[in-house]
This record gives sequence, structure tokens and C-alpha cells, in this order.
Amino acid sequence: MSGIESVRPSPTVDRVATDARAAAFTTRSIKKEAKRSGLELVISMMDLTTLEGADTPGRVRELCAKAKQPMVQAPCPPVAAVCVYPTLVPVARQELSGTGIQVAAVATYFPSGQATLQERLDEVRRAVEAGADEIDMVISRGAYLRGDLGFVYDEIASTREACGEAHLKVILETGELQTYDRVRRASDIAIAAGAHFIKTSTGKVSPAATMPVTLVMLEAIRDHYLRTGEKIGMKPAGGIRTAKQALHYLVMVKETLGDAWLTPDLFRFGASSLLNDVLMQLEKLRTGHYQSARYFSLG
Amino acid sequence: MATRKIPARLAVRKTLKMYSGGAFIRSESGRVLPLSAGKGEPVVNVPEASRKDLRNAVVAARKAQTGWAGRTAFNQSQILYRAAEMLEGRRESFIARLAATGGRKADETARREVDLAIDVLVGYAGWPDKIGQVFGGTNPVAAPFFNITSPEALGVVGIVAPATPPLLGLVASIAPVIAGGNTCVVLLPAEASLIGLELGEVLATSDLPGGVVNLLSAPQAGTLAHLAGHADVDGLLATAITAEDHREIETLGAETLKRIVVLPEAPGMDQAPADIVSPYRMLSFLEMKTAWHPIGV
Repeated sequence: MSGIESVRPSPTVDRVATDARAAAFTTRSIKKEAKRSGLELVISMMDLTTLEGADTPGRVRELCAKAKQPMVQAPCPPVAAVCVYPTLVPVARQELSGTGIQVAAVATYFPSGQATLQERLDEVRRAVEAGADEIDMVISRGAYLRGDLGFVYDEIASTREACGEAHLKVILETGELQTYDRVRRASDIAIAAGAHFIKTSTGKVSPAATMPVTLVMLEAIRDHYLRTGEKIGMKPAGGIRTAKQALHYLVMVKETLGDAWLTPDLFRFGASSLLNDVLMQLEKLRTGHYQSARYFSLG
Repeated sequence: MATRKIPARLAVRKTLKMYSGGAFIRSESGRVLPLSAGKGEPVVNVPEASRKDLRNAVVAARKAQTGWAGRTAFNQSQILYRAAEMLEGRRESFIARLAATGGRKADETARREVDLAIDVLVGYAGWPDKIGQVFGGTNPVAAPFFNITSPEALGVVGIVAPATPPLLGLVASIAPVIAGGNTCVVLLPAEASLIGLELGEVLATSDLPGGVVNLLSAPQAGTLAHLAGHADVDGLLATAITAEDHREIETLGAETLKRIVVLPEAPGMDQAPADIVSPYRMLSFLEMKTAWHPIGV
């Protein structure tokens, strides 16, 4: 058996129970020291992202500076990675070499993925050549929705091959898959086809990451781990804007997968505006005063 | 035909809520302060504003600020005037409540206070489109430049309303601040909470965008300190506070260079509206912007 036939059948997802379970994670109260270490962990797990048509080398350099030193008021860990379009990978590579911060590139004709497989794989290879450590690919939602799951499996497997040494994150774009059952099936396919990480969204489609969708994906990761012992990473992206939301996600990860996943190697946040909110909360904990966005650099 | 007894009508009791971010909310803490609404009146539960209510209110005020300052001066005037219209429409209700709080029947003092509050709103409604002409202007400079100064809103202003007179003191604090394009977060002392929260209902029906005025009632101890230390609050207007509170807000406010104005007392009931309404009250929370524009050559 090869390809899609090798992927085991996926369990069905109980929508009501999933929503209720995800909502239960938002009621925890995390304060003081636990909050501070949680927030620092959030920063160290962050893929600081800029994916705009208006991105310039200057904008990417600005973001890299922010990634290295998120704030000046107090010591603070650097972020995990900077995520940019493939054409801007050389700029990020140059700024970040020697820092330990990864360069992630969205490839495979992000965000739509509407191009021939050959073109998409070429883009992946070029991004890796330019110095990307991580590749965020999009699956063909069109193929998925018309039922051609074999095509989706094969494109993920060949992208993994094209990545070489680089890590592969597979974006399911859950907002376009519409049901939890499809999210679960797509997660299982991506994991079987060789994804290092599975990721919710491009951030260009609404709804982006939600807690129930992330929970479904975490459960796919958990089932795969229990069966094979292999740890797959998770990256919710888009729509996570506040420190409080980020802490809710950490609670969910801990209670679904355990402490082993509370590391940047296995869990990331794809975000742009989240960072400053986390920094404001950290400053509030340090000084005791509520903060203003104007005292924090853009980025 | 048997006569049918008409049952006594059930009273429709009202829950007073805080007005914050354009919505009527209970305190996030769930706490209330039982207050007497006057002699013989039932006790009323007023929400006790917590630190987190304050935080949320400042977020709402910050979000609303640019939009409010960006409205045309004429539109700001219309909205302030509409607030006066709405207050006029609820005149009798305010008079009764003011009198009852003082343990009296509707009387001349309560009537006078409501009248003054309405007139103060109308007075400030006239100012948004004139303030720039009074405090701005062209400046003579010895260079080929056209040099102009115009006042702009400061941003988010924290207000500590006086306990008495509850309505006039509150209106005279809020009106000059919002007429200048600022948004505000108001701490209502417990004694003035009943009137203050009712004023929230007036403001909500005045086309005032949500978040421009945020009214927090009966704040818990320490809330004032959090307001004074909040980095996203640009100015603070407090009326008739203790020397101890004054020292505390000056100390905390210094860290973020807050503009702090402390008035020794609220406007008196013997004053005329024209004595209370003053562009200088607005000036406290305006920033002067000066621009140099090259000419000639």
C-alpha cells in the first residue's frame, strides 16, 4: 500500500463535545508567576509573521530586529522564527544568521495554492536554496473539497521531499474545510504524508485559527503519537491577538498532549499583533501599571 | 356576570448598569454596592467597578478616540446638543431622583441643578467649531514660512467626578473633555452613582459613539491609583478630592507624564451657565500643533 491508501480511517468528530471541551480551557485563571512564565513561553514559540503584498526589505529588517529583541524595557526571550514570503527570505536570512531564530517561508503559491504542482515545488526548492529553515505549505483545498484526497497526500509527500533538510509545516486552511471531520481527515493525511508540523490557517481566510479546530488537530497529533511514538508539531495561526487567548491555547496543548509539546520545537503561534499584547502584559506584571501600545515598537 | 378582580400590577424593577464601551454592563467582578435611593425608597444595587472594568473601559476609550476626534466639529456639536435634548426629555425623572437622594421631594434645588446641567451641555455644544479659532491661529515668524497653530485632542482622559452636586458636577466634568475630541473614563463616587448611571442612558441615546464616555460606578478601593498609573491614559481631571488622593495621582501620573488637573470644588448652584462653560476648561486637555509651511521664493 502506498499513498492515500496507507492512511488509516479517521474517527468522526463530535462537534458539540469538541466545542464544549475547547470552551472549558478558557476558564482557567492564570496569574502572577505562572502567567509570566507562560507569556515568556508564548514569545519563544512565536512565528513573527508579515505576509503582505506591501512587504519591503526594510519592513522585513524591522521585523527581524523586533524578533531578536522584542522589547527594550526589560530582558525578554527572542521569538522562534520570522515568517515571510519566499522573495524576502534572503533579507531575513542575512538579518538572522547566528541568532538561532529560524527563517520560515510560505511557499507553494501561498495563500491560494492555485498553481501546478511543478510550479509549487519549484517555489519550495528556491525558498530552501535562499536559506529558509522552515517551509509553510498550503494544501490544495480545491482538490480536497472535490474529494481528490490522493492528490493532497501526494502533493504533501512531494513537498516534503522538495524541502530537503528544511522543516515542513502543512497549512490545512481549516476555514475553507468547513467541518471538523474534514479537518481531522486532512490532519491525518498531512501527518501520514510527512508533515513536521500541521498548521490551521494562512491568516487570509476567516475564520482562521479557533480553539475547537486546533483541538481537533491536537487530537490527531495525539493519536498519531500514541500509535507510533512520533511527535508532530502544531501551529495555530491567524486570529490569536491577545495574551489571554495565547495562554488558553497553552492550557489546551498541555491538557491534550502534555508538557512535552510545550516547546518551540513542537508548538508555534503564527501571529503579528499578538507579540505586542504579550509584551504589554509582561510589562504590566513587572511595573504594576497598565501599559499603552505607544510605548512598544511596531513589528 | 361575576366581577373579575384585576390583580395588582407587578412592579418593573430596574437594574442600574455601568455604561462602558457603548454597552450597559455589570461589573466584571460581579460585585454590587447596596445604596439607598432616598428616604422610603427601596435599596438599589449599584455595580462596584473593579480594576478590570477600568482596564476594559480604557481600551474602549482608546479605540473610540481617533474616530471621535475625527468627526467634524459640527457633528460633535450636534451630538452634544442632542445629549442636552435627551436630558431635557428626562427632566422630571432626574429631578425626582436628585431630590430623593437628598431625602427631599422634588424641589427648587433639584430643578435648578437639572436646568444648569442641560444649559452647560448646550453651552459646550457651541464650542467644538470655535475652539480652533480662539486658541489656534497664524504666528508671525521671521522666515519665509506660513506658521499655523491649531489645537488637537489630547487623547484618553480619566475623570474623577465630584460627589456633589452629582449631576451638574458630572456634566461639567465630561462636557469640556469630549467637546475637545477626547474620550473619557469616569469614576463615579458611590454617592453620585445613581445619577451618573442614569446619565449613561441619556448619553447612549445621543448618537455619542460607544466608548467616548465610559461611566464606572462606585469604584473599589485602589481603582483611582490604577487609573492614575495607567500608561494609556493621557490626562486626568479630578474635582474635590482629598489631599492624600491628590498626592497619589500626581506621583503615579508623573511616570507617564500625565496632564493632571485637580479642581478644588465643583461648580456652585448659584453660578450662571455662562460662568461654568469656559473654553479654558477645554484647553486643559488640548494639544497645540504648530506647522511650518514654506511660502514664496
